[in-house]
Amino acid sequence: MTDLPETTDRKLGLVIDLDTCVGCHACVVSCKGWNTENYGAPLSDRDPYGADPSGTFLNRVHSYEVEPEEGAPQLVHFPKSCLHCEDAPCVTVCPTGASFKRGADGIVLVNEADCIGCGLCAWACPYGAREMDAAEGVMKKCTLCVDRIYNENLAQEDRVPACVRTCPAGARHFGDLGDPDSDVSRLVAERGGMDLMPEQGTTPVNKYLPPRPRDTLGTGARAAQAPSLEPVAEDAQGWLGWLDRALSRF
Amino acid sequence: MSRREPQIETSPPVSDEVRKTTCYMCACRCGIDVHLKDGKVAYIDGNRDHPVNRGVLCAKGSAGIMQHNSPARLRAPLRRTGPRGSGEFEEITWEEALRTATDWLRPLRETAPEKFAFFTGRDQSQSFTSFWAQAFGTPNYAAHGGFCSVNMAAAGIYTMGGAFWEFGQPDWERTKLFMIFGVAEDHDSNPIKMGIARLKERGARVIGVNPIRSGYNAVADDWVGITPGTDGLFILALVHELLRAGRIDLDYLARYTNAPVLVNGDRQSAEHGCLLRDDAGTPLVMDRATGRPAPFDRPGVKPDLNGVLERDGVTHRPVMHLLAERYLDAAYAPDAVADRCGVAPARIRAIAAELARVAFDEAITLDREWTDFRGETHTTMTGRPVSFHAMRGISAHSNGFQTARALHLLQILLGSVEVPGGFRFKPPYPKSVQAHPRPHAETTPDSPLDGPHLGFPLGPEDLALTDDGQPARIDKAFSWENPLSAHGLMHMVISNAHAGDPYRIDTLMLYMANMAWNSSMNTRGVMEMLTDTDEDGEYRIPRIIYSDAYSSEMVAYADLVLPDTTYLERHDCISLLDRPISEADAAADAIRWPVVEPERDGHAGVRGFQSVLCDLGARLGLPGFVDGAGAPKYADYADYIVNHERKPGIGPLAGWRHGRKGLTHGRGAPNPAQLNSYIANGGFFVKPIPDEAAFFKPWNRAYQDWAVNLGLFDSPQPYVFDIYSEPLRRFQLAAEGHGDRQPPDHLRGQIARAFDPLPIWYPPFEHSASDTGAYPLHALTQRPMAMYHSWGSQNAWLRQIHGVNPLYLPTKVWHDHGFAEGDWARVTSPHGEITVPVAHMAALNPDTVWTWNAIGKRKGAWALDKDAPEATKGFLLNHLIHELLPPKADGMRWSNSDPVTGQAAWFDLRVRLEKAAPPAESRPAFGEIASPVGRGPAELTWKVGE
Amino acid sequence: MHPAPSVIVFTTLSGAGFGLLFWLGLGVPDVRGLSAFAFFVIAYLLAAGGLMASTLHLGRPERALKAFTQWRTSWLSREAWLSVAALLAMAAYGAGLVFVDTRVPWLGWLGAALAAATVLATSMIYTQIAAVPRWHTALTPALFLALSAGGGALLAGQVTAALALLALAAVVQIAWWLRGDGALALSRTDMSSATGLPGRVRAFEPPHTGPNYLLREMVFRVGRKHALKLRGIALVLGYLAPVVLLLVPFAHWLAAVAVLAHLAGIAVSRWLFFAEAEHVVGLYYGMR
Repeated sequence: MTDLPETTDRKLGLVIDLDTCVGCHACVVSCKGWNTENYGAPLSDRDPYGADPSGTFLNRVHSYEVEPEEGAPQLVHFPKSCLHCEDAPCVTVCPTGASFKRGADGIVLVNEADCIGCGLCAWACPYGAREMDAAEGVMKKCTLCVDRIYNENLAQEDRVPACVRTCPAGARHFGDLGDPDSDVSRLVAERGGMDLMPEQGTTPVNKYLPPRPRDTLGTGARAAQAPSLEPVAEDAQGWLGWLDRALSRF
Repeated sequence: MSRREPQIETSPPVSDEVRKTTCYMCACRCGIDVHLKDGKVAYIDGNRDHPVNRGVLCAKGSAGIMQHNSPARLRAPLRRTGPRGSGEFEEITWEEALRTATDWLRPLRETAPEKFAFFTGRDQSQSFTSFWAQAFGTPNYAAHGGFCSVNMAAAGIYTMGGAFWEFGQPDWERTKLFMIFGVAEDHDSNPIKMGIARLKERGARVIGVNPIRSGYNAVADDWVGITPGTDGLFILALVHELLRAGRIDLDYLARYTNAPVLVNGDRQSAEHGCLLRDDAGTPLVMDRATGRPAPFDRPGVKPDLNGVLERDGVTHRPVMHLLAERYLDAAYAPDAVADRCGVAPARIRAIAAELARVAFDEAITLDREWTDFRGETHTTMTGRPVSFHAMRGISAHSNGFQTARALHLLQILLGSVEVPGGFRFKPPYPKSVQAHPRPHAETTPDSPLDGPHLGFPLGPEDLALTDDGQPARIDKAFSWENPLSAHGLMHMVISNAHAGDPYRIDTLMLYMANMAWNSSMNTRGVMEMLTDTDEDGEYRIPRIIYSDAYSSEMVAYADLVLPDTTYLERHDCISLLDRPISEADAAADAIRWPVVEPERDGHAGVRGFQSVLCDLGARLGLPGFVDGAGAPKYADYADYIVNHERKPGIGPLAGWRHGRKGLTHGRGAPNPAQLNSYIANGGFFVKPIPDEAAFFKPWNRAYQDWAVNLGLFDSPQPYVFDIYSEPLRRFQLAAEGHGDRQPPDHLRGQIARAFDPLPIWYPPFEHSASDTGAYPLHALTQRPMAMYHSWGSQNAWLRQIHGVNPLYLPTKVWHDHGFAEGDWARVTSPHGEITVPVAHMAALNPDTVWTWNAIGKRKGAWALDKDAPEATKGFLLNHLIHELLPPKADGMRWSNSDPVTGQAAWFDLRVRLEKAAPPAESRPAFGEIASPVGRGPAELTWKVGE
Repeated sequence: MHPAPSVIVFTTLSGAGFGLLFWLGLGVPDVRGLSAFAFFVIAYLLAAGGLMASTLHLGRPERALKAFTQWRTSWLSREAWLSVAALLAMAAYGAGLVFVDTRVPWLGWLGAALAAATVLATSMIYTQIAAVPRWHTALTPALFLALSAGGGALLAGQVTAALALLALAAVVQIAWWLRGDGALALSRTDMSSATGLPGRVRAFEPPHTGPNYLLREMVFRVGRKHALKLRGIALVLGYLAPVVLLLVPFAHWLAAVAVLAHLAGIAVSRWLFFAEAEHVVGLYYGMR
């Protein structure tokens, strides 16, 4: 089923706030835990206690140093998982129909029973969102917790992806990006949410909110003009005089 | 052809059962939902109802399932068979283990209880372990605060009756500017992330002060990449700016602090510099209403910040005058401090201006009536929406106590403590230093200690000294070397016991403290001390008992190992008597309970250490652990939690006690079904603070009454903040030659200088003790967000995130030495040398290098392969740090710690580095220790359900 | 990209095999009986052997038949169909030649077309990957087709055709390399577009200090420093040596050497095809 739907009823996805992400990896491990126990095969780990531990993760947090033209270098933490692209190249390359994009909500999934583990979808994805599980021999990817968001065994407020539920910094938002009035769409509009690698033509559903401007207090070329406090007196004696006047105003 | 999609099961069963308990993957104590399938742990996420984490959970918490299933879990009590440090053990039964421990300890208690030392690491049951040690009668008990953050805690208690983290938190819902010092991610973890998220949602701003721009500092709107050890100077420059501009909260200072209190100005008096008091001992202020001196707390008094008392030809001035005199001095001007702090004067001035602007121009007012301790009723609550938080980055320096005091001074001057939008205490805090206990160290064979071990001295008379003036404790806490060592000095225990200074001990018992590796300075030296022998071949420290849940490095150095459970298999109480989980708006405590039973098939099994102590206590006949007939009083720790009463009606847990008319909270008789109530409530208990009591807590009658009602105090304990610390002045007076107890001559100068009753800054000792030209760089460690000390490396998921730790170098150092990716460096301190991998970081103070904490592991520990990257590339900075400073000119070696509290000065470290040929593995390298638990499996495909 | 031996063997051998089938289908050389049998055995060993090798890199080879289902969208699926169709058509055609000494021209032409289409499909598997800018060019199918036709001609003993096609393939190969070296820059995908961050962006800490599938599969950097040398070897062995050997007086052993040199050279070229290919995901790791 590797032809893409003409359009999807909803565009469920994540909005990730790079201004707020502290890089704690909570989303990474919560995702690992949920998806090891749930959808499809467990996310395996090879050599988990050895010299070269290497496991399957569906979400990883990168970090980048940004050196602006002016001012101090910055550090940006950058979580990355499947962006559930509207024009998902990983889906159309799949020879077996294991990869598909759901017409109802736009979630890109792998039906593991059909996956032959050829790896072509991972090649096609520019974002590194798919990882072949070494133990199971099938492709694993973010399911947007499709087994949580509609799960009637979970309380209504828990029907969000595990990474969103667990994020302590409020840096992950889940919703329908196809609905311009949704909270996530408004957030994207207000904060200038952006696509990753737009030139790849994948039209990602997930958006990233850029960091707000940093280091505005007394730095940069206009540091000398920064606000500073005016003294109330020139010396200690004068200051005590000010104190007396100030106290008499109470 | 129409699209046909595979059908996906979108509503699978999540678990058979959810059991709610408390996390122990770090010290945050978040609530967790443990999902079980077929009785096995399937998934862990955050408890949405829990006051600490409200449903969120960090990486460590979510990885708890891998900790619980760790191959490094101990399985049976162990008796050492090889030499110490070899890791060679035999498994023994619990009866053998307990009998051995009893046989070792009983004679000590009967003859010389101080020869038994008991220190705990990341113990969350200190109220219980200290109670046990007190009953044993040894003075030698403490937890790990001495090398963690006692500066922060003690400075807070002595200044304002509480500090950060467990003591209080910013008013996250209202604060508009949040300034954070020296925090990587630790303490506390999730609440700060959640708080920053709340701030950012509202457009409130964050200023981060830290040499390294990682974690919270990465998301801070402004980053101050300060030079390590100069935070105090920077803070006092902000104080200078605010004072000079008169941008301080005079009303607040007059009402709620000792700024208006008169200081004895009589230079001839033995009380010179102490607070002037009336006959009842109450500090005096000048009353603006009458122009005469009056007790500060008298109803109707208007304390005068500018009031001077002339008496008997002596001028007694208020604290406010001393304060202005000191901090208006040009020595604290931004231009004077900028170079040392590595912060431009314009930036210091701009930050001071921003603090003032938000505190005063954006003040907030709540329409809540409240009555203060003088009986005055206020119709509103005015808030200064500026809040602060600080942790180990300013604490772990030899000037950390006074630096933390300086930070408290800053927030008090802004009037932002215990007000809306500011910093708020969490019950049982605020609690003045006077309301805390004093230290006790007097031993009597076969008897309990004369009181609780740890406390807060108010003067030299409270020190723990023997009759001949020597330290009474093995760690020399509460001695002249570090009089206010309120958390004890765990990091000195092994070296002092090895040296027999102040005396030899027989048995050292440690709990959850990896002293043979990442929890010690001078790690190699400590390993040698633990294995060193006397001429007769007997170990210098003859017996070591260790309890841990996992095969840590320290296990290999024990003679007897008592295996603890994992956190999902045990009872615990996170108690209001100890380090509770309260919020600013509520008192709260919590439990852990065995959500799964400990199973170690084919082995003798594990027992919760606290239950083992109950058993040992009964075998030793300790008071409090046996009943009148000498029979065991508690079957296990759960029994103790429910039935122990510290005083009548007050037990470890405050919720669901037996009142006269049914269940009650706070004060009440033990309730045998109490734990069931906790379990039914999600593992915790919350008692909200009424609105009118929620702010101004130290001075708020409604809060004080509420606290008495809940059992936090026996009577209202209002107090004012000690901007000027009289206890410090009392130690200074002793150093100046006053009183019966005076410091030895070689310490007089240090005490006189460091115990300044007003916050001061002095350069960290290691910086003056070593040649900073030869060691031009500061070297720091930070705890990564996804690791907690050494625990994380046994965790299959977390160790993939942090399996190695490069030393991060700033741009200039990187380029000057011609480093490239993949290079290694030899790093040298006055004490030692390491050779380690390096990496480049631009967002870093230009004179600072750093690495992640405790990634490096000893080969053979933690059930890891000997070739694990943690053991071959990972490293510890600990090898570069000594518990003593380099010898001075006179050959004396001074402690590498804060002279006030004894806090280990980890972050004073200075180094130099040079490029090195990549060695086969990082240096120093140590031999492999035998693993008492074998190795972990080659592959994990962990799935509990179908 | 990780140069998996199975995929190198597959594309090298099956390219040559289908090239030979292409020529056989056209009736060049026009062989019958035992001689035809020998040619067809060689062609099938190469083509089918390559296809078998390609299944070695599958995580679940037992499900390989599922790869036939998505021919409408997937080049890999089309390749599966086309290769089977080509092999079947050529089997029927070959049976006629070998056993009944009959050539059915239309069947041969169909088989030749299917063989060429198979090679085209193989090349399109790579060409379609926009995330690997070096591959994402019309030169990739041109190269695969030219090489397959040239290699096939070499195997088919068509000296003139082989000379012309190998020379053409060499030109395409060089053009492909030259374009490839600037392809990532041409793609406009860089750290800035990958992260959306302003200013100079540098990867700081990797997400995990341990290795992962993406790095192993997509960010293969070992041996790239020898790329120029290997390109020379590929050119000499794969193109130059066969041409020279074809120009000297014919001998069977020389022809065999020419074929082996060609296959070895093309294998080197294919190793470079993967090893030099930068997947844009490498940018997220600060690598290319």
